[in-house]
Amino acid sequence: MEIFAQQLVNGLVLGSIYALVALGYTMVYGILGLINFAHGDITMIGALVSLTAVQLLAAAGVPAPVVLVLAGGAAMVVCVALGVSIERVAYRPLRHAPRLAPLITAIGISILLQYSAALIWGKQYIAMPEIVEPTRIVIAGAQLTSLQATIFLLACAIMAGLLWFLKASRMGRAMRATEQNPAVAGLMGVNTNKVIAFTFVLGSAIGAIAGLMVVLYYGLGHYFMGFMLGLKAFTAAVLGGIGNVAGAVLGGLLLGVIESLASGYIGDLTGGVLGSNYRDIFAFLVLVLVLVLKPSGLMGQHSGDRA
Amino acid sequence: MTAATTTIKTLAGNPHCRRLAWLAIVLLLLAAPFLIETTLGRSWVRIADVALLFIMLALGLNIVVGFAGLLDLGYIAFFAVGAYSYALLASPQLGVHWPFLVLLPLGAAVAALFGILLGGPTLRLRGDYLAIVTLGFGEIIRVFLNNLNRPVNITNGPQGITLIDPLQIGGFSLAQTHTFAGLTFSPVHSYYFVFLACAVVSIIISLRLENSRIGRAWVAIRDDELAASAMGINTRNVKLLAFAMGATFGGVAGGLFASFQGFVSPESFHLIDSIMVLCMVVLGGMGNVAGVVLGAVLLTALPEALRYVGPLQQSWFGEVIIDPADLRMLLFGLALVLMMLLRPSGIWPSRRRHVAGPPAKETEAPSAAR
Repeated sequence: MEIFAQQLVNGLVLGSIYALVALGYTMVYGILGLINFAHGDITMIGALVSLTAVQLLAAAGVPAPVVLVLAGGAAMVVCVALGVSIERVAYRPLRHAPRLAPLITAIGISILLQYSAALIWGKQYIAMPEIVEPTRIVIAGAQLTSLQATIFLLACAIMAGLLWFLKASRMGRAMRATEQNPAVAGLMGVNTNKVIAFTFVLGSAIGAIAGLMVVLYYGLGHYFMGFMLGLKAFTAAVLGGIGNVAGAVLGGLLLGVIESLASGYIGDLTGGVLGSNYRDIFAFLVLVLVLVLKPSGLMGQHSGDRA
Repeated sequence: MTAATTTIKTLAGNPHCRRLAWLAIVLLLLAAPFLIETTLGRSWVRIADVALLFIMLALGLNIVVGFAGLLDLGYIAFFAVGAYSYALLASPQLGVHWPFLVLLPLGAAVAALFGILLGGPTLRLRGDYLAIVTLGFGEIIRVFLNNLNRPVNITNGPQGITLIDPLQIGGFSLAQTHTFAGLTFSPVHSYYFVFLACAVVSIIISLRLENSRIGRAWVAIRDDELAASAMGINTRNVKLLAFAMGATFGGVAGGLFASFQGFVSPESFHLIDSIMVLCMVVLGGMGNVAGVVLGAVLLTALPEALRYVGPLQQSWFGEVIIDPADLRMLLFGLALVLMMLLRPSGIWPSRRRHVAGPPAKETEAPSAAR
């Protein structure tokens, strides 16, 4: 039981990070119908920028909370600039192109981001300096560090904030309108280009925070880390029903828990034949199962030609 | 310029000239390994061999992506399946040494089976969703290849399988150097001719498929699945066939690759390799066999040419600023983006109408509420 609680807590913390990245996928997909393949790599850039910022600031003797805020801010600035320029240069000209074109462009951008990062940061794993003294909290027999608790709470706060923003603000309403029908939204006076650019701003900023959280969580950064993270986040978005923001949150948390429990128990269940080294395939299994059994996801109502 | 093109057109219309041109191409292809060796060195003969393998792979993927319009991002998995089935049954790993002529069709069949395994559950998916699932499939295959060394050692894990038997037809082993009519055939040369034969067969199959009943059914599904099924095409079977056919090409190429290298490991079958093959198809010209062949040759040769950039940087700047392997990937990404922005139908586009299907958003029903 203790193991179960521990895996559950681990899964929730990890899942909250997946959920944050999944938001970026789901918002862009909702509006453009495009899988923004490069989103995982935007998160990676956010992670590495914040890592570098932490290294520099911690060496300069700045207190830890300030370091984290500044690092997160730096990552957000870089990621937002990247996200918006990618949208402007690579996706906007292809908005009415055949559907494979933007997808292949996105793959190209993803490769570009990865290897630019490899040029800047090198190909080795980069360690995060330990700036926060880990204090342990015990909840229902499960241990977690204060850092993990903070990640989880902050992620929840961001998600709640986003949901509120989409529901209540003027821009949020414009985003929802564009998502439903860009042409009609345009007729109603919504500047759809601006809305789409703003979607990328929002997604990239949240991705940057998620990147900071990932390096805090694992203590490591790597130029290729965005790939798996992006895939899992995409899976989470599909699980929740792509295009649905609340669904992405649910899907992310659920995927984190599934992955954590499955990799914790697979060794016992299969008598040691399959070990936790198979953990990365659960996300794909979940993805295939969802797409086969309930393609619209848990909270999606829409099932167009993709299903 | 116009005078030159008209001359070429008149010449191409003349059957004698066409026959002569074909003869010249055939002779050139047959002499190629020796010409390449004397001009560029032996390593380039090896590159030519690899290019021929990639032609096969790209043609296989072209069936799935170019003809049937099903975006497959895990195509390298079939290559891996073919390579590993050959490697397992012709190496000391399991202590089995089956003959090549049995293993090649077997590898093709196993790959086709995997193609159907992948195609089955994903039949209802389209476009980008299919892309992600196939990507996941490719990764799953690699994770298994990496980890199936415990508790029973099947694939030997990340170390891969070594000492794979070379191609041997009857008593004629391609691993030895033969002398034939005054020409010395070292292994790279012999493999060149085997691969050339296989590549030519693949090209002929692709060309014949393109204009066959099945090929037209694929194109119909690609352009409009609903209309195709209304016209009486059994979309399920035809799509499964596309997956199986494409996978077969990959499986055969994989078997040849394993025997050529004598060594396989999961490292050769990363997502980036799938993307590489996809690039060959896309940059060359989706759906056009000649374009795909061109794409495969270009994308195999250009990265190799980039190897010379390392020493060049050394002499210009005194140090290697950009690792040639990274530079290659950067150019690759850039090429994908620019190609889609400037010339989305490829260097040598298919003559058939639009290739990649209708725009993403406009295919969705207007009533789609979320």
